[in-house]
Amino acid sequence: MKRLLSHWLPAYAFLYIVFLYLPVMFLPIFSVNASHVPKFPLTGFTWKWYEELPRTPALLDAAWNSLMVGVTAAILSTILGICAARAITRYRFRGRTAASGLIMAPLVLPEIILAVSLLIVMLSLGLKLSLFTVVLGHVLICIPYSVTVLNAGFEGFDRSLEEASADLGETSFGTFRRVTLPMVAPAIISSLLVSFTISLDEFIMAFFLAGTDATLPVYIWGQLRFAAKLPSVLALGTLLLVGSFILLTIAEMLRRRAERRVHGVATHA
Amino acid sequence: MPESASRPEAKPEARPMIEIRSVTRSYGPFKALDDANLTIREGEFFSLLGPSGCGKTTLLRMIAGFDNPTTGSIHIDGQAMDGIPANRRPTNMVFQSYAIFPHLNVEQNVAYGLKRQKLGASEEKRLVEEALGQVSLSGLGKRGATELSGGQRQRVALARALVMRPKVLLLDEPLSALDKKLREQMQVELRRLQQAVGITFILVTHDQYEALALSDRIAVMFGGKIAQVSSPKEIYQRPVNRQVADFVGGMNFMKGEVVEVNGSAITLDTAGFGRVRTDKPAGFAANGHATLGIRPERLRVLWDDAKASHEVAGKVVERHYFGEITQLVVEVPGFEKPLSVTETNNFGADDLPVGAQIRLAYDPDALVAMAD
Repeated sequence: MKRLLSHWLPAYAFLYIVFLYLPVMFLPIFSVNASHVPKFPLTGFTWKWYEELPRTPALLDAAWNSLMVGVTAAILSTILGICAARAITRYRFRGRTAASGLIMAPLVLPEIILAVSLLIVMLSLGLKLSLFTVVLGHVLICIPYSVTVLNAGFEGFDRSLEEASADLGETSFGTFRRVTLPMVAPAIISSLLVSFTISLDEFIMAFFLAGTDATLPVYIWGQLRFAAKLPSVLALGTLLLVGSFILLTIAEMLRRRAERRVHGVATHA
Repeated sequence: MPESASRPEAKPEARPMIEIRSVTRSYGPFKALDDANLTIREGEFFSLLGPSGCGKTTLLRMIAGFDNPTTGSIHIDGQAMDGIPANRRPTNMVFQSYAIFPHLNVEQNVAYGLKRQKLGASEEKRLVEEALGQVSLSGLGKRGATELSGGQRQRVALARALVMRPKVLLLDEPLSALDKKLREQMQVELRRLQQAVGITFILVTHDQYEALALSDRIAVMFGGKIAQVSSPKEIYQRPVNRQVADFVGGMNFMKGEVVEVNGSAITLDTAGFGRVRTDKPAGFAANGHATLGIRPERLRVLWDDAKASHEVAGKVVERHYFGEITQLVVEVPGFEKPLSVTETNNFGADDLPVGAQIRLAYDPDALVAMAD
């Protein structure tokens, strides 16, 4: 049995990974295929779908919208995340567990339900659907990720470091600037990158809350109706994929660095 | 612990540097510090000694400005500290965890407080070098904070505080994380450093030997109250009550009936030593009872025909060997409890068999009366 398992487990793992990532790999492959139709055999190599992208004004608008929404949502969710993570890691208060549970809830709530509820709330509040409402939706789903990343950065931050700074004559603001911020900066940048990436790729919230201004995923959804546009959608999708991958890799590296910085000293003592 | 001969007592006429006036710190119904009054003089090496939870750290943190008295006030160098935050107090602290900034190197850690004073690069560099020299860390300025050993981190914390030229240096159990050898070495260095810079040091510790060896004066604290403030010698030889006597070393205790209180003298009747006349403990309320004590090392084994003006005879019931000394437990008729005796191993106390009949000499001056 053990022998069987040790033989077949690698094979299973291999198949699993193929099933998971092969479809994703088709995206870049078909995006440089000369044919309009995404199927084998490939007909020839071309960059033309990529070259078409910057010549499509609707796409550029959508990209700009996504950038604005992503940056704003990342900043807002990181600021809120800093407050939450600081409270959770620093203070022991009544309802602390409940509060951190509620913050994490959007991770497991069906996104479409969240989106519809938000739509109803915003309409009944009389808010006009716009990129701003998309930002609000995105902040909601980014916060759990921000808080997770920031918690790791803040956890184990020795309170006496801030006291030592005050003791050496520094003001509260100076202490924040010279001690707290540098210690948690990697975690903050990591949170910004993760939130931005999530906002950039997010479809359902944007679809319900965007009004007339489309973000990139909403634009892609719209383009899928036209078979002729498929290759450029694939090209765009490839770019998004690569961009997200790079941003998340940087974010993870920074998160680990933040953890080392905060915990490194403790392990030495 | 032998008295160091070179310790100059802080001059009584030195002006007060810290005044603790009726300070109480309450957390709800719990009083971490209860009506503490204390004056610490300029240039003094002062220790707050007591078991954990006695309020010593609370008091230190209130002097530093990290905590505030519920009632009462703290004055530093004649100035009331009410409402003055930690960053504007003339005190600096060496933290128990050292609190070295992990994202800065040694030099940057030491220069941290100077940065605000805008001294100019060359003056700042000179002061940092000087401070690193004082704690024997010259040449390690570029070392990262995470690459330091425990002892080095402690020195960086010291240099970082001393470079600020505080009026008072506060030390929160600074040696407790070090191993025994390093701790003893750092004790010597701390004392030397304090004498070199002449700054008032306030040390919080639960280690009685550390307090005795380093301090000009000690405040012994229990349960939020200051029990006794005296020189190390006074604390050790004339503890005011049983609790203090017990905390600062071994002591043989026995019950005493008060016969007479006459000015500063007290006469007691005890079961073992008979009628004893000694100093009246400070704050003693004549209630008919007191405790008499004698330190184990003040009882001496009498060999062969040696005679002493005061002696008792008994039987060895236990023997514990500690290298340089041997502890004997001796049953003496008439005493409620066996006497504990520590004897250096020069004369063969380590060879005394259990069951041996011995005689013990004592000096009546070593008998100390205490409140219960």
